[in-house]
Amino acid sequence: MQTESTVPSVKGSIRPKKKAGLAYVVSELKRNKSLYLLMSPYMIIFFLFTVIPVVFSLALSFFYFNMLEFPRFVGWQNYSRLFLNDDIFMIALKNTLLFAVITGPVSYIACFVFAWIINELAPKIRAVMTLIFYAPSISGNVFFIWLIVFSGDSYGYLNGFLMKTGFILEPIQWLLDEKYILGIVIVVQLWLSLGTSFLAFIAGLQTIDKSLVEAGAVDGIRNRWQELWFITLPSMRPQLMFGAVMQITASFAVAEISIAMAGFPSVNYAAHTVVTHLMDYGTIRFEMGYASSIATFLFCLMIGTNILVQKMLRKIGE
Amino acid sequence: MKMMGAFRTPKKLNRSFTVSFLLFLLLACFGAFMAVPLIYAINNAFKPLDELFIFPPRIFVNNPTMDNFYDLIALMGNSWVPLTRYIANTLLITLIGTAGHILLASAAAYPLAKYRFLGSKALFTIVVLSLMFSPHVTATPNYMIMSWLGWINTHASIIVPSLAFSLGLFLMKQFMEQIPDALIEAAKIDGASEYRIYWSIVMPNVKPAWLTLMILQFPALWGTDGGSFIYSENLKTLHYALGQITQGGIARAGVGAAVALILMVVPITLFILSQSSVIQTMATSGMKD
Repeated sequence: MQTESTVPSVKGSIRPKKKAGLAYVVSELKRNKSLYLLMSPYMIIFFLFTVIPVVFSLALSFFYFNMLEFPRFVGWQNYSRLFLNDDIFMIALKNTLLFAVITGPVSYIACFVFAWIINELAPKIRAVMTLIFYAPSISGNVFFIWLIVFSGDSYGYLNGFLMKTGFILEPIQWLLDEKYILGIVIVVQLWLSLGTSFLAFIAGLQTIDKSLVEAGAVDGIRNRWQELWFITLPSMRPQLMFGAVMQITASFAVAEISIAMAGFPSVNYAAHTVVTHLMDYGTIRFEMGYASSIATFLFCLMIGTNILVQKMLRKIGE
Repeated sequence: MKMMGAFRTPKKLNRSFTVSFLLFLLLACFGAFMAVPLIYAINNAFKPLDELFIFPPRIFVNNPTMDNFYDLIALMGNSWVPLTRYIANTLLITLIGTAGHILLASAAAYPLAKYRFLGSKALFTIVVLSLMFSPHVTATPNYMIMSWLGWINTHASIIVPSLAFSLGLFLMKQFMEQIPDALIEAAKIDGASEYRIYWSIVMPNVKPAWLTLMILQFPALWGTDGGSFIYSENLKTLHYALGQITQGGIARAGVGAAVALILMVVPITLFILSQSSVIQTMATSGMKD
């Protein structure tokens, strides 16, 4: 009896009550109706084109579906074909991992190092240098310039230069030779990779508490390297984690550059990636079930790597 | 003397000049690597045809000319879809997509930044997770969803998904967290509704974040070629037109350079104009545990 009578007074107290079930959900929805309404246009579109497709893709990966016939359930068959019977997927996977292992860390470190050096400059020069390093990533398809640099005839810049200086006598077919394609795509990818995370690092460096640096100097920090390790990096952890997500996702998603530079498909699949393999089955062969299994694998690869790296970065300065 | 002043590191402790010099040298080298292709692209647009094919090739133009731009206008005037149509399509997609994204993302960011309610944490976690995979993952099902909605070959297929670009919501939410709660509380006491608080208190306070969302969204839409969704010639974009022109081969190199310049100048100009706001927003971009 007594406990029951106290219930009304508990209501509305600071203690967050966990009323179970539908009643709670309905009351929450009612209470915050305007908040849900504000979010709804964005969330409806976001769920329709991002969340549902991921779930849909996972489900479809267990079916055979060609957009014409009714989907047929095939169990794990798509996955066993992907890992056991698809030699080209293995090439694509090898290339993707190679891209990720090289462009991921290199572009991440480059973003940080250049932001760090730029931060030492006077404000006006800092703005100009930020623009120079960031511009390639937003200038659309200007990377076609690289096609001229690596053009296979003697009008290509690299061939022209090497022939003039006498290193080679005949022009090299840079973009048709398996030995060079991957390296060239990596160079162009790196050129384009100083994007959002670079800006986040520039911004993060500017907001580091100056008194922290001064206190560090009093405490015996002697040079910029010690300052970097003991003060700068730990204070920038949130930006470093954000930047890592951006760079990792981009480094696994190499496709457009590979297609533009090396063609689709590239010579002997030398620049074929998981994403171009996905495009091949999803938009050309219309094997939607198989394409979905590739997409689901890519999803797990990206999310898995990101979460792993987040865990590692959380340890910086601890 | 003035030059030296620029490279001096004011109010910085523990800096050796030699190391500074070496680091700036490194920065200058890579800066050149980043800038040369862009400078070359700009110069190409003003090169007469004989300079475009000079051997060995030169970066800078000797006798600048506007011929490439006149040729472009002439070429596009003759084709059955005039150039203005491609420009209009690109502008339509870019403007609606960018403005709509800023509006929708900020409306969704405000509740997430300032309130705790049923589902708020889960929704934000999903948004952060969606930053961790690229749109390629969802391309195949998206095509099917588009075809069920009957949006294939309409501009909606490009514009609508772009409205819910998740990086925009993430950055907007992080930036909005800085708005003092007292400001919102005061408005509430005055009897303002949530919609009113969003529109007249929160939105004017996050102008730097608008510009940031713009600078991230604009180049992507400005550079879209319609992908696999648009196949009618009169709905295609400027980027697609560029592809067609450059496929015309050697004779079209000059015109191609002119279109490339147009495509590249607009986003870069926008960034120059909004740089300080963008940096201010990115300062709050960090991921907390």
